[in-house]
Amino acid sequence: MDLIWDGIREAARLWWAGDREIIEITLRTLAISSSATALALLIGIPLGAVLALRRFWGRGLIVAAVNTGMGMPPVVIGLLVALILWRTGPLGRLDLIYTPTAMVVAQLLLSLPLVVGFSLASIQSVNPRLIGQIWAMGANRWQVLWLLVRETRLGLLAAVMAGFGAAISEVGASMQVGGNLAGETRVLTTATVLETGRGNFEVAIALSLVLVVLAFLVNLALTTVQQRRFVR
Amino acid sequence: MSPQVDAHIAVRDLVVQRGGVTVLEVEALDIPRGQVSALIGPNGAGKSTLLAALQLVLHPARGTLTLDGEPMHADPVRTRRRMAAAFQEALLLNMSVRANVELPLRLRGAPRTRRRELTEYWLERFGIADLASRHAKQLSGGEAQRVSLARAFASQPEVLLLDEPFAGVDAPTREHLIADFAEIVSQTRPTTVLVTHDRDEALRLGDQLALLIDGRVRQVGAPLDVFDRPIDREAASFVGIENILPRASLALAQDAPVGDWLCIRAEQVGLERVGLEGGVGARVLSAKLVSSLMQVELIQDGVTLVAKLPRAAWSQLGVEVGDQVSVRIAPEAIHAIADSRERL
Repeated sequence: MDLIWDGIREAARLWWAGDREIIEITLRTLAISSSATALALLIGIPLGAVLALRRFWGRGLIVAAVNTGMGMPPVVIGLLVALILWRTGPLGRLDLIYTPTAMVVAQLLLSLPLVVGFSLASIQSVNPRLIGQIWAMGANRWQVLWLLVRETRLGLLAAVMAGFGAAISEVGASMQVGGNLAGETRVLTTATVLETGRGNFEVAIALSLVLVVLAFLVNLALTTVQQRRFVR
Repeated sequence: MSPQVDAHIAVRDLVVQRGGVTVLEVEALDIPRGQVSALIGPNGAGKSTLLAALQLVLHPARGTLTLDGEPMHADPVRTRRRMAAAFQEALLLNMSVRANVELPLRLRGAPRTRRRELTEYWLERFGIADLASRHAKQLSGGEAQRVSLARAFASQPEVLLLDEPFAGVDAPTREHLIADFAEIVSQTRPTTVLVTHDRDEALRLGDQLALLIDGRVRQVGAPLDVFDRPIDREAASFVGIENILPRASLALAQDAPVGDWLCIRAEQVGLERVGLEGGVGARVLSAKLVSSLMQVELIQDGVTLVAKLPRAAWSQLGVEVGDQVSVRIAPEAIHAIADSRERL
Protein backbone atom coordinates (compact mmCIF):
# COMPACT_ATOMS: atom_id res chain seq x y z
CA MET A 1 0.00 0.00 0.00
CA ASP A 2 2.84 2.37 0.96
CA LEU A 3 4.34 1.88 -2.47
CA ILE A 4 1.17 3.09 -4.13
CA TRP A 5 0.73 6.08 -1.77
CA ASP A 6 4.36 7.06 -2.18
CA GLY A 7 3.89 6.78 -5.91
CA ILE A 8 0.85 9.04 -5.91
CA ARG A 9 2.62 11.59 -3.64
CA GLU A 10 5.64 11.61 -5.91
CA ALA A 11 3.41 11.94 -8.94
CA ALA A 12 1.71 14.98 -7.38
CA ARG A 13 5.14 16.49 -6.59
CA LEU A 14 6.37 15.96 -10.15
CA TRP A 15 3.23 17.57 -11.52
CA TRP A 16 3.38 20.43 -9.09
CA ALA A 17 7.02 21.09 -9.88
CA GLY A 18 6.18 21.04 -13.57
CA ASP A 19 8.71 18.32 -14.38
CA ARG A 20 10.13 19.20 -17.77
CA GLU A 21 10.40 15.63 -19.01
CA ILE A 22 6.83 14.74 -18.10
CA ILE A 23 5.48 17.86 -19.83
CA GLU A 24 7.56 17.08 -22.92
CA ILE A 25 6.38 13.44 -23.03
CA THR A 26 2.78 14.52 -22.52
CA LEU A 27 2.92 17.05 -25.35
CA ARG A 28 4.57 14.51 -27.66
CA THR A 29 1.93 11.92 -26.80
CA LEU A 30 -0.84 14.39 -27.58
CA ALA A 31 0.78 15.46 -30.84
CA ILE A 32 1.31 11.90 -32.11
CA SER A 33 -2.08 10.50 -31.05
CA SER A 34 -4.03 13.57 -32.24
CA SER A 35 -2.31 13.49 -35.63
CA ALA A 36 -3.05 9.78 -35.98
CA THR A 37 -6.71 10.31 -34.98
CA ALA A 38 -7.13 13.31 -37.29
CA LEU A 39 -5.74 11.32 -40.23
CA ALA A 40 -7.93 8.35 -39.30
CA LEU A 41 -10.99 10.64 -39.35
CA LEU A 42 -10.03 12.24 -42.67
CA ILE A 43 -9.69 8.85 -44.32
CA GLY A 44 -12.12 6.82 -42.21
CA ILE A 45 -15.30 8.91 -42.37
CA PRO A 46 -15.48 9.14 -46.19
CA LEU A 47 -14.52 5.46 -46.42
CA GLY A 48 -17.22 4.53 -43.89
CA ALA A 49 -19.72 6.64 -45.86
CA VAL A 50 -18.83 4.94 -49.14
CA LEU A 51 -19.17 1.50 -47.53
CA ALA A 52 -22.52 2.52 -46.01
CA LEU A 53 -24.01 4.06 -49.14
CA ARG A 54 -22.63 2.13 -52.09
CA ARG A 55 -22.88 -1.47 -53.15
CA PHE A 56 -19.91 -2.72 -55.15
CA TRP A 57 -17.98 -5.89 -55.75
CA GLY A 58 -15.67 -6.70 -52.81
CA ARG A 59 -17.59 -4.50 -50.36
CA GLY A 60 -18.34 -7.44 -48.06
CA LEU A 61 -14.66 -8.33 -47.99
CA ILE A 62 -13.67 -4.78 -47.03
CA VAL A 63 -16.32 -4.63 -44.28
CA ALA A 64 -15.06 -7.97 -42.91
CA ALA A 65 -11.50 -6.62 -42.99
CA VAL A 66 -12.61 -3.47 -41.16
CA ASN A 67 -14.35 -5.55 -38.50
CA THR A 68 -11.24 -7.70 -38.08
CA GLY A 69 -9.10 -4.57 -37.89
CA MET A 70 -11.22 -3.28 -35.00
CA GLY A 71 -9.84 -6.05 -32.83
CA MET A 72 -6.35 -6.26 -34.29
CA PRO A 73 -3.61 -6.68 -31.62
CA PRO A 74 -1.34 -3.58 -31.67
CA VAL A 75 1.81 -5.71 -31.73
CA VAL A 76 0.74 -7.19 -35.06
CA ILE A 77 0.26 -3.70 -36.50
CA GLY A 78 3.59 -2.69 -34.94
CA LEU A 79 5.33 -5.63 -36.57
CA LEU A 80 3.75 -4.87 -39.94
CA VAL A 81 4.75 -1.18 -39.86
CA ALA A 82 8.24 -2.08 -38.59
CA LEU A 83 8.72 -4.56 -41.45
CA ILE A 84 7.63 -1.97 -44.01
CA LEU A 85 9.70 0.88 -42.57
CA TRP A 86 12.76 -1.21 -41.61
CA ARG A 87 15.91 -0.08 -43.32
CA THR A 88 15.85 -3.07 -45.63
CA GLY A 89 12.04 -2.98 -45.96
CA PRO A 90 9.98 -1.65 -48.91
CA LEU A 91 9.88 1.92 -47.52
CA GLY A 92 13.24 1.72 -45.72
CA ARG A 93 14.68 4.48 -47.87
CA LEU A 94 12.38 7.00 -46.21
CA ASP A 95 14.32 6.45 -42.97
CA LEU A 96 11.21 6.66 -40.84
CA ILE A 97 11.74 3.78 -38.42
CA TYR A 98 12.10 5.01 -34.80
CA THR A 99 10.60 8.40 -35.59
CA PRO A 100 7.34 10.02 -34.39
CA THR A 101 6.06 9.70 -37.99
CA ALA A 102 6.37 5.92 -37.78
CA MET A 103 4.37 6.02 -34.55
CA VAL A 104 1.68 8.16 -36.23
CA VAL A 105 1.46 5.57 -39.03
CA ALA A 106 1.11 2.67 -36.56
CA GLN A 107 -1.51 4.47 -34.47
CA LEU A 108 -3.34 5.51 -37.63
CA LEU A 109 -3.57 1.87 -38.72
CA LEU A 110 -4.88 0.93 -35.27
CA SER A 111 -7.58 3.61 -35.07
CA LEU A 112 -8.61 3.63 -38.75
CA PRO A 113 -10.70 0.41 -38.60
CA LEU A 114 -12.51 1.76 -35.51
CA VAL A 115 -13.31 5.07 -37.23
CA VAL A 116 -14.43 3.31 -40.42
CA GLY A 117 -16.52 0.78 -38.47
CA PHE A 118 -18.25 3.40 -36.30
CA SER A 119 -18.84 5.71 -39.30
CA LEU A 120 -20.24 2.85 -41.36
CA ALA A 121 -22.65 1.87 -38.57
CA SER A 122 -23.76 5.49 -37.94
CA ILE A 123 -24.32 6.39 -41.57
CA GLN A 124 -26.05 3.09 -42.27
CA SER A 125 -28.53 3.88 -39.50
CA VAL A 126 -29.74 7.01 -41.35
CA ASN A 127 -33.18 6.63 -42.95
CA PRO A 128 -32.44 5.94 -46.66
CA ARG A 129 -35.37 8.16 -47.59
CA LEU A 130 -33.69 11.07 -45.79
CA ILE A 131 -30.60 10.50 -47.91
CA GLY A 132 -32.87 10.57 -50.99
CA GLN A 133 -34.34 13.85 -49.76
CA ILE A 134 -30.84 15.35 -49.35
CA TRP A 135 -30.00 14.44 -52.97
CA ALA A 136 -33.39 15.78 -54.08
CA MET A 137 -32.60 19.12 -52.42
CA GLY A 138 -29.82 19.54 -54.96
CA ALA A 139 -26.84 18.59 -52.81
CA ASN A 140 -23.64 17.58 -54.55
CA ARG A 141 -21.56 14.60 -53.40
CA TRP A 142 -19.59 16.58 -50.79
CA GLN A 143 -22.65 18.35 -49.48
CA VAL A 144 -24.37 14.98 -49.03
CA LEU A 145 -21.34 13.70 -47.11
CA TRP A 146 -21.23 16.84 -44.98
CA LEU A 147 -24.96 16.67 -44.15
CA LEU A 148 -24.69 12.98 -43.31
CA VAL A 149 -21.72 13.66 -41.02
CA ARG A 150 -23.73 16.42 -39.39
CA GLU A 151 -26.78 14.18 -39.09
CA THR A 152 -24.80 11.32 -37.51
CA ARG A 153 -22.53 13.49 -35.39
CA LEU A 154 -23.35 11.59 -32.18
CA GLY A 155 -22.22 8.30 -33.68
CA LEU A 156 -19.23 9.93 -35.33
CA LEU A 157 -18.10 11.47 -32.05
CA ALA A 158 -18.11 7.92 -30.70
CA ALA A 159 -15.82 7.11 -33.64
CA VAL A 160 -13.50 9.98 -32.64
CA MET A 161 -13.43 8.77 -29.03
CA ALA A 162 -12.78 5.17 -29.99
CA GLY A 163 -10.07 6.19 -32.48
CA PHE A 164 -8.31 8.53 -30.08
CA GLY A 165 -8.64 6.00 -27.24
CA ALA A 166 -7.03 3.28 -29.34
CA ALA A 167 -4.20 5.59 -30.41
CA ILE A 168 -3.28 7.08 -27.07
CA SER A 169 -3.52 3.88 -25.06
CA GLU A 170 -1.51 1.50 -27.21
CA VAL A 171 2.05 0.65 -26.27
CA GLY A 172 3.26 -2.36 -28.24
CA ALA A 173 3.29 -0.79 -31.70
CA SER A 174 4.78 2.47 -30.40
CA MET A 175 7.65 0.50 -28.84
CA GLN A 176 8.23 -1.50 -32.02
CA VAL A 177 8.26 1.40 -34.48
CA GLY A 178 9.25 4.27 -32.17
CA GLY A 179 11.86 2.54 -30.09
CA ASN A 180 11.07 4.61 -26.94
CA LEU A 181 13.99 6.98 -27.59
CA ALA A 182 14.32 9.60 -24.86
CA GLY A 183 13.50 13.09 -26.14
CA GLU A 184 12.41 11.73 -29.52
CA THR A 185 9.84 8.97 -29.52
CA ARG A 186 9.10 8.41 -25.84
CA VAL A 187 5.41 8.75 -25.09
CA LEU A 188 3.37 8.27 -21.93
CA THR A 189 2.68 4.56 -22.46
CA THR A 190 6.20 3.55 -23.45
CA ALA A 191 7.70 5.67 -20.66
CA THR A 192 5.37 4.00 -18.15
CA VAL A 193 6.54 0.56 -19.30
CA LEU A 194 10.17 1.64 -19.02
CA GLU A 195 9.82 3.15 -15.54
CA THR A 196 7.89 0.14 -14.29
CA GLY A 197 10.68 -2.13 -15.54
CA ARG A 198 13.22 -0.01 -13.73
CA GLY A 199 11.22 -0.18 -10.51
CA ASN A 200 10.60 3.61 -10.54
CA PHE A 201 6.99 3.15 -9.57
CA GLU A 202 6.39 6.75 -8.50
CA VAL A 203 7.39 8.03 -11.94
CA ALA A 204 5.36 5.24 -13.59
CA ILE A 205 2.34 6.22 -11.50
CA ALA A 206 2.82 9.90 -12.35
CA LEU A 207 2.95 9.07 -16.06
CA SER A 208 -0.07 6.79 -15.82
CA LEU A 209 -2.08 9.45 -14.02
CA VAL A 210 -1.22 11.99 -16.72
CA LEU A 211 -2.36 9.46 -19.34
CA VAL A 212 -5.64 8.77 -17.54
CA VAL A 213 -6.35 12.47 -16.92
CA LEU A 214 -5.51 13.30 -20.53
CA ALA A 215 -7.77 10.57 -21.90
CA PHE A 216 -10.50 11.65 -19.50
CA LEU A 217 -10.29 15.34 -20.47
CA VAL A 218 -10.39 14.61 -24.19
CA ASN A 219 -13.34 12.27 -23.77
CA LEU A 220 -15.07 14.72 -21.43
CA ALA A 221 -14.82 17.43 -24.08
CA LEU A 222 -16.13 15.10 -26.79
CA THR A 223 -18.91 13.76 -24.57
CA THR A 224 -20.00 17.31 -23.73
CA VAL A 225 -20.33 18.06 -27.43
CA GLN A 226 -22.03 14.73 -28.07
CA GLN A 227 -24.59 15.09 -25.34
CA ARG A 228 -25.52 18.70 -26.04
CA ARG A 229 -29.09 18.23 -27.13
CA PHE A 230 -29.27 20.42 -30.16
CA VAL A 231 -26.09 21.35 -31.90
CA ARG A 232 -26.61 24.03 -34.56
CA MET B 1 -49.37 12.41 -74.58
CA SER B 2 -50.96 15.18 -76.57
CA PRO B 3 -48.38 17.03 -78.66
CA GLN B 4 -50.01 20.46 -78.29
CA VAL B 5 -49.24 20.82 -74.56
CA ASP B 6 -46.27 22.92 -73.47
CA ALA B 7 -44.35 20.02 -71.96
CA HIS B 8 -42.00 21.18 -69.22
CA ILE B 9 -40.92 17.60 -68.62
CA ALA B 10 -41.10 14.91 -71.28
CA VAL B 11 -40.77 11.21 -70.49
CA ARG B 12 -40.02 8.98 -73.45
CA ASP B 13 -39.65 5.22 -73.68
CA LEU B 14 -38.75 4.97 -69.99
CA VAL B 15 -38.09 1.50 -68.58
CA VAL B 16 -37.17 0.88 -64.94
CA GLN B 17 -36.22 -2.60 -63.82
CA ARG B 18 -35.69 -4.14 -60.38
CA GLY B 19 -33.88 -7.43 -60.14
CA GLY B 20 -34.28 -7.87 -63.91
CA VAL B 21 -38.05 -7.39 -63.71
CA THR B 22 -39.64 -4.38 -65.43
CA VAL B 23 -41.55 -2.38 -62.85
CA LEU B 24 -42.22 0.71 -64.94
CA GLU B 25 -42.62 1.18 -68.68
CA VAL B 26 -43.74 4.58 -69.89
CA GLU B 27 -43.90 5.06 -73.62
CA ALA B 28 -44.61 8.79 -73.52
CA LEU B 29 -45.77 11.21 -70.85
CA ASP B 30 -45.69 15.00 -70.95
CA ILE B 31 -45.81 17.03 -67.77
CA PRO B 32 -47.36 20.41 -68.73
CA ARG B 33 -45.68 23.60 -67.56
CA GLY B 34 -47.22 25.38 -64.60
CA GLN B 35 -49.86 22.73 -63.98
CA VAL B 36 -50.46 20.07 -61.38
CA SER B 37 -50.17 16.59 -62.88
CA ALA B 38 -51.59 14.02 -60.50
CA LEU B 39 -50.22 10.49 -60.83
CA ILE B 40 -52.83 8.09 -59.53
CA GLY B 41 -53.14 4.35 -59.46
CA PRO B 42 -53.33 1.37 -57.13
CA ASN B 43 -50.48 0.35 -54.82
CA GLY B 44 -47.51 -0.98 -56.74
CA ALA B 45 -48.61 0.67 -59.99
CA GLY B 46 -45.26 2.45 -60.33
CA LYS B 47 -46.27 5.99 -59.30
CA SER B 48 -43.47 6.48 -56.78
CA THR B 49 -40.99 4.77 -59.11
CA LEU B 50 -41.86 7.28 -61.83
CA LEU B 51 -41.40 10.13 -59.35
CA ALA B 52 -38.05 8.67 -58.23
CA ALA B 53 -37.00 8.52 -61.88
CA LEU B 54 -37.91 12.21 -62.26
CA GLN B 55 -35.84 12.98 -59.14
CA LEU B 56 -32.94 11.17 -60.83
CA VAL B 57 -32.43 8.94 -57.80
CA LEU B 58 -32.65 5.70 -59.77
CA HIS B 59 -31.05 4.51 -62.95
CA PRO B 60 -33.54 3.60 -65.68
CA ALA B 61 -32.71 0.64 -67.89
CA ARG B 62 -33.74 2.70 -70.91
CA GLY B 63 -35.40 5.93 -71.96
CA THR B 64 -35.01 9.68 -71.83
CA LEU B 65 -36.22 12.37 -69.48
CA THR B 66 -36.01 15.96 -70.61
CA LEU B 67 -36.58 19.23 -68.81
CA ASP B 68 -37.20 22.11 -71.21
CA GLY B 69 -35.92 19.84 -73.95
CA GLU B 70 -32.57 19.18 -72.21
CA PRO B 71 -31.69 15.70 -70.99
CA MET B 72 -32.19 15.63 -67.20
CA HIS B 73 -29.38 13.14 -66.61
CA ALA B 74 -26.72 15.32 -68.32
CA ASP B 75 -26.00 17.18 -65.09
CA PRO B 76 -28.09 15.62 -62.30
CA VAL B 77 -27.11 18.11 -59.56
CA ARG B 78 -27.96 21.07 -61.79
CA THR B 79 -31.27 19.46 -62.78
CA ARG B 80 -32.17 18.68 -59.16
CA ARG B 81 -31.48 22.31 -58.26
CA ARG B 82 -34.30 23.33 -60.59
CA MET B 83 -36.64 21.02 -58.71
CA ALA B 84 -37.82 20.36 -55.15
CA ALA B 85 -39.39 17.33 -53.54
CA ALA B 86 -41.60 16.52 -50.57
CA PHE B 87 -42.67 13.08 -49.42
CA GLN B 88 -45.23 11.42 -47.15
CA GLU B 89 -42.60 11.52 -44.39
CA ALA B 90 -41.49 15.11 -43.74
CA LEU B 91 -37.79 13.99 -43.73
CA LEU B 92 -36.41 16.96 -41.84
CA LEU B 93 -32.80 17.18 -40.76
CA ASN B 94 -31.62 17.36 -37.19
CA MET B 95 -31.63 21.17 -36.99
CA SER B 96 -34.06 24.03 -36.39
CA VAL B 97 -37.14 24.62 -38.53
CA ARG B 98 -35.57 27.75 -40.01
CA ALA B 99 -32.32 25.95 -40.85
CA ASN B 100 -34.30 23.17 -42.54
CA VAL B 101 -36.25 25.57 -44.74
CA GLU B 102 -33.08 27.51 -45.58
CA LEU B 103 -31.02 24.42 -46.38
CA PRO B 104 -31.76 24.01 -50.13
CA LEU B 105 -30.87 27.67 -50.64
CA ARG B 106 -27.59 27.16 -48.77
CA LEU B 107 -26.81 24.14 -50.94
CA ARG B 108 -27.35 26.37 -53.98
CA GLY B 109 -24.99 29.01 -52.57
CA ALA B 110 -27.67 31.72 -52.31
CA PRO B 111 -26.49 34.91 -50.56
CA ARG B 112 -27.34 35.13 -46.87
CA THR B 113 -29.78 38.05 -47.10
CA ARG B 114 -31.69 36.36 -49.95
CA ARG B 115 -31.80 33.09 -47.99
CA ARG B 116 -33.18 34.77 -44.90
CA GLU B 117 -35.72 36.75 -46.91
CA LEU B 118 -37.09 33.69 -48.73
CA THR B 119 -37.05 31.51 -45.62
CA GLU B 120 -39.02 34.04 -43.55
CA TYR B 121 -41.48 34.52 -46.43
CA TRP B 122 -42.21 30.81 -46.83
CA LEU B 123 -42.37 30.15 -43.10
CA GLU B 124 -44.99 32.89 -43.00
CA ARG B 125 -46.88 31.55 -46.05
CA PHE B 126 -47.22 28.10 -44.50
CA GLY B 127 -48.22 29.59 -41.12
CA ILE B 128 -45.20 28.25 -39.24
CA ALA B 129 -43.25 31.47 -38.58
CA ASP B 130 -43.77 30.98 -34.84
CA LEU B 131 -42.04 27.57 -35.06
CA ALA B 132 -38.92 28.93 -36.80
CA SER B 133 -36.58 28.47 -33.82
CA ARG B 134 -38.08 25.14 -32.77
CA HIS B 135 -36.06 21.99 -33.35
CA ALA B 136 -37.38 19.89 -36.22
CA LYS B 137 -37.75 16.81 -34.02
CA GLN B 138 -40.17 18.64 -31.71
CA LEU B 139 -42.92 19.11 -34.29
CA SER B 140 -46.25 17.37 -34.76
CA GLY B 141 -46.88 15.47 -38.02
CA GLY B 142 -48.85 18.32 -39.57
CA GLU B 143 -46.29 20.95 -38.54
CA ALA B 144 -43.43 18.85 -39.89
CA GLN B 145 -45.22 18.47 -43.23
CA ARG B 146 -45.72 22.24 -43.43
CA VAL B 147 -41.98 22.68 -42.86
CA SER B 148 -41.26 20.12 -45.57
CA LEU B 149 -43.50 21.97 -48.06
CA ALA B 150 -42.12 25.39 -47.05
CA ARG B 151 -38.63 23.98 -47.66
CA ALA B 152 -39.68 22.78 -51.10
CA PHE B 153 -41.18 26.16 -52.09
CA ALA B 154 -38.36 28.23 -50.54
CA SER B 155 -35.90 27.09 -53.18
CA GLN B 156 -38.25 28.56 -55.82
CA PRO B 157 -38.32 25.39 -57.89
CA GLU B 158 -39.48 25.26 -61.48
CA VAL B 159 -40.70 21.74 -60.79
CA LEU B 160 -42.24 20.37 -57.62
CA LEU B 161 -42.22 16.59 -57.11
CA LEU B 162 -44.59 15.44 -54.38
CA ASP B 163 -45.11 11.87 -53.18
CA GLU B 164 -48.27 11.57 -51.07
CA PRO B 165 -47.38 14.68 -49.05
CA PHE B 166 -50.72 14.78 -47.24
CA ALA B 167 -51.16 11.06 -46.57
CA GLY B 168 -49.48 10.93 -43.18
CA VAL B 169 -51.43 13.80 -41.66
CA ASP B 170 -54.63 13.44 -39.61
CA ALA B 171 -57.93 14.38 -41.33
CA PRO B 172 -58.67 17.91 -39.97
CA THR B 173 -55.02 19.03 -40.28
CA ARG B 174 -54.92 17.54 -43.75
CA GLU B 175 -57.93 19.55 -44.86
CA HIS B 176 -56.28 22.85 -43.85
CA LEU B 177 -52.94 21.85 -45.31
CA ILE B 178 -54.45 20.92 -48.68
CA ALA B 179 -56.42 24.19 -48.77
CA ASP B 180 -53.26 26.24 -48.06
CA PHE B 181 -51.27 24.21 -50.57
CA ALA B 182 -53.92 24.61 -53.29
CA GLU B 183 -53.94 28.38 -52.79
CA ILE B 184 -50.14 28.66 -52.89
CA VAL B 185 -49.85 26.45 -55.98
CA SER B 186 -52.53 28.42 -57.83
CA GLN B 187 -50.60 31.63 -57.13
CA THR B 188 -47.05 30.43 -57.77
CA ARG B 189 -47.82 27.86 -60.50
CA PRO B 190 -44.78 25.61 -60.38
CA THR B 191 -44.91 22.57 -62.64
CA THR B 192 -46.08 19.99 -60.12
CA VAL B 193 -46.12 16.21 -60.18
CA LEU B 194 -48.29 14.91 -57.36
CA VAL B 195 -48.35 11.20 -56.58
CA THR B 196 -51.47 10.23 -54.69
CA HIS B 197 -53.69 7.24 -54.18
CA ASP B 198 -56.46 9.54 -52.96
CA ARG B 199 -58.95 10.13 -55.76
CA ASP B 200 -60.51 13.18 -54.11
CA GLU B 201 -57.09 14.78 -53.71
CA ALA B 202 -56.31 14.13 -57.38
CA LEU B 203 -59.62 15.65 -58.47
CA ARG B 204 -59.22 18.66 -56.23
CA LEU B 205 -55.61 19.53 -57.00
CA GLY B 206 -54.90 18.05 -60.42
CA ASP B 207 -55.07 19.93 -63.71
CA GLN B 208 -54.00 16.78 -65.53
CA LEU B 209 -54.35 13.24 -64.37
CA ALA B 210 -52.25 10.24 -65.33
CA LEU B 211 -53.53 6.85 -64.30
CA LEU B 212 -50.87 4.17 -63.82
CA ILE B 213 -51.72 0.49 -63.64
CA ASP B 214 -49.18 -2.36 -63.60
CA GLY B 215 -46.26 -0.03 -64.29
CA ARG B 216 -47.80 1.53 -67.40
CA VAL B 217 -49.63 4.76 -68.07
CA ARG B 218 -53.15 3.58 -68.78
CA GLN B 219 -54.87 6.92 -69.29
CA VAL B 220 -53.99 10.63 -69.31
CA GLY B 221 -56.43 13.50 -69.41
CA ALA B 222 -58.36 16.15 -67.55
CA PRO B 223 -59.37 14.78 -64.13
CA LEU B 224 -63.11 14.73 -64.79
CA ASP B 225 -62.52 13.10 -68.14
CA VAL B 226 -60.55 10.25 -66.59
CA PHE B 227 -63.03 9.88 -63.73
CA ASP B 228 -66.14 9.94 -65.92
CA ARG B 229 -64.76 8.22 -69.00
CA PRO B 230 -62.27 5.56 -67.92
CA ILE B 231 -60.57 3.79 -70.78
CA ASP B 232 -61.15 0.21 -69.59
CA ARG B 233 -62.66 -1.80 -66.76
CA GLU B 234 -59.56 -1.70 -64.55
CA ALA B 235 -59.38 2.07 -64.91
CA ALA B 236 -63.12 2.30 -64.19
CA SER B 237 -62.70 0.24 -61.07
CA PHE B 238 -59.78 2.39 -59.87
CA VAL B 239 -61.64 5.66 -60.37
CA GLY B 240 -64.35 4.26 -58.11
CA ILE B 241 -67.15 3.38 -60.51
CA GLU B 242 -69.29 0.96 -58.53
CA ASN B 243 -71.28 -0.54 -61.41
CA ILE B 244 -69.28 -2.06 -64.26
CA LEU B 245 -71.70 -4.37 -66.03
CA PRO B 246 -71.81 -6.37 -69.24
CA ARG B 247 -74.16 -4.59 -71.59
CA ALA B 248 -75.95 -7.76 -72.58
CA SER B 249 -77.05 -8.42 -69.02
CA LEU B 250 -78.68 -5.08 -68.34
CA ALA B 251 -82.29 -4.43 -69.26
CA LEU B 252 -81.71 -0.73 -68.57
CA ALA B 253 -79.15 -0.50 -71.32
CA GLN B 254 -81.49 0.02 -74.26
CA ASP B 255 -80.69 3.73 -74.62
CA ALA B 256 -77.08 3.41 -73.43
CA PRO B 257 -74.18 4.40 -75.70
CA VAL B 258 -72.51 1.71 -77.79
CA GLY B 259 -70.06 -0.52 -75.95
CA ASP B 260 -69.72 -3.95 -74.40
CA TRP B 261 -69.33 -2.78 -70.82
CA LEU B 262 -71.36 -0.12 -69.08
CA CYS B 263 -70.00 2.03 -66.26
CA ILE B 264 -72.50 3.72 -63.99
CA ARG B 265 -71.66 5.62 -60.80
CA ALA B 266 -73.85 4.57 -57.87
CA GLU B 267 -75.05 8.17 -57.34
CA GLN B 268 -76.48 8.10 -60.89
CA VAL B 269 -78.70 5.11 -60.20
CA GLY B 270 -82.15 6.63 -59.44
CA LEU B 271 -84.62 4.72 -57.26
CA GLU B 272 -88.39 5.23 -57.23
CA ARG B 273 -91.43 3.47 -55.82
CA VAL B 274 -92.82 0.72 -57.99
CA GLY B 275 -95.85 1.74 -59.98
CA LEU B 276 -94.53 5.03 -61.27
CA GLU B 277 -94.12 5.28 -64.99
CA GLY B 278 -90.82 4.22 -66.60
CA GLY B 279 -87.93 2.47 -64.93
CA VAL B 280 -87.12 -1.18 -64.50
CA GLY B 281 -88.07 -3.29 -61.50
CA ALA B 282 -85.36 -4.52 -59.10
CA ARG B 283 -85.28 -6.09 -55.60
CA VAL B 284 -83.41 -4.50 -52.68
CA LEU B 285 -80.74 -6.89 -51.39
CA SER B 286 -79.19 -4.72 -48.71
CA ALA B 287 -79.00 -1.13 -47.52
CA LYS B 288 -76.29 0.38 -45.31
CA LEU B 289 -74.91 3.78 -44.41
CA VAL B 290 -71.56 4.46 -46.08
CA SER B 291 -69.89 7.90 -45.64
CA SER B 292 -73.20 9.63 -44.87
CA LEU B 293 -74.96 8.14 -47.93
CA MET B 294 -77.21 5.09 -48.08
CA GLN B 295 -75.60 2.41 -50.20
CA VAL B 296 -78.28 0.16 -51.61
CA GLU B 297 -77.55 -3.15 -53.30
CA LEU B 298 -80.14 -4.26 -55.84
CA ILE B 299 -80.69 -7.25 -58.05
CA GLN B 300 -82.24 -6.81 -61.44
CA ASP B 301 -82.52 -9.70 -63.86
CA GLY B 302 -79.75 -11.58 -62.07
CA VAL B 303 -77.42 -8.56 -62.25
CA THR B 304 -76.31 -6.79 -59.04
CA LEU B 305 -76.44 -2.99 -59.08
CA VAL B 306 -75.32 -0.49 -56.46
CA ALA B 307 -77.13 2.79 -55.83
CA LYS B 308 -76.22 5.63 -53.47
CA LEU B 309 -78.70 8.20 -52.24
CA PRO B 310 -79.04 10.64 -49.34
CA ARG B 311 -80.53 9.23 -46.12
CA ALA B 312 -83.55 11.53 -46.37
CA ALA B 313 -84.32 10.33 -49.91
CA TRP B 314 -84.05 6.71 -48.75
CA SER B 315 -86.45 7.30 -45.83
CA GLN B 316 -88.87 9.08 -48.14
CA LEU B 317 -88.83 6.09 -50.46
CA GLY B 318 -90.16 3.94 -47.59
CA VAL B 319 -88.66 0.74 -48.96
CA GLU B 320 -87.07 -2.11 -47.01
CA VAL B 321 -84.73 -4.97 -47.82
CA GLY B 322 -86.58 -7.55 -49.96
CA ASP B 323 -88.96 -4.95 -51.46
CA GLN B 324 -89.23 -4.13 -55.14
CA VAL B 325 -88.15 -0.70 -56.42
CA SER B 326 -88.08 0.93 -59.81
CA VAL B 327 -84.63 1.77 -61.17
CA ARG B 328 -84.04 4.62 -63.58
CA ILE B 329 -80.67 5.59 -65.15
CA ALA B 330 -80.27 8.53 -67.55
CA PRO B 331 -78.46 7.42 -70.75
CA GLU B 332 -75.96 10.31 -70.38
CA ALA B 333 -74.94 8.89 -66.97
CA ILE B 334 -73.74 5.71 -68.64
CA HIS B 335 -70.20 5.40 -69.97
CA ALA B 336 -69.61 2.51 -72.33
CA ILE B 337 -66.37 0.62 -72.90
CA ALA B 338 -65.79 -1.55 -75.97
CA ASP B 339 -64.25 -4.99 -75.49
CA SER B 340 -61.47 -3.96 -77.88
CA ARG B 341 -60.21 -1.59 -75.16
CA GLU B 342 -59.82 -4.45 -72.76
CA ARG B 343 -56.36 -5.84 -72.14
CA LEU B 344 -57.61 -8.66 -69.92
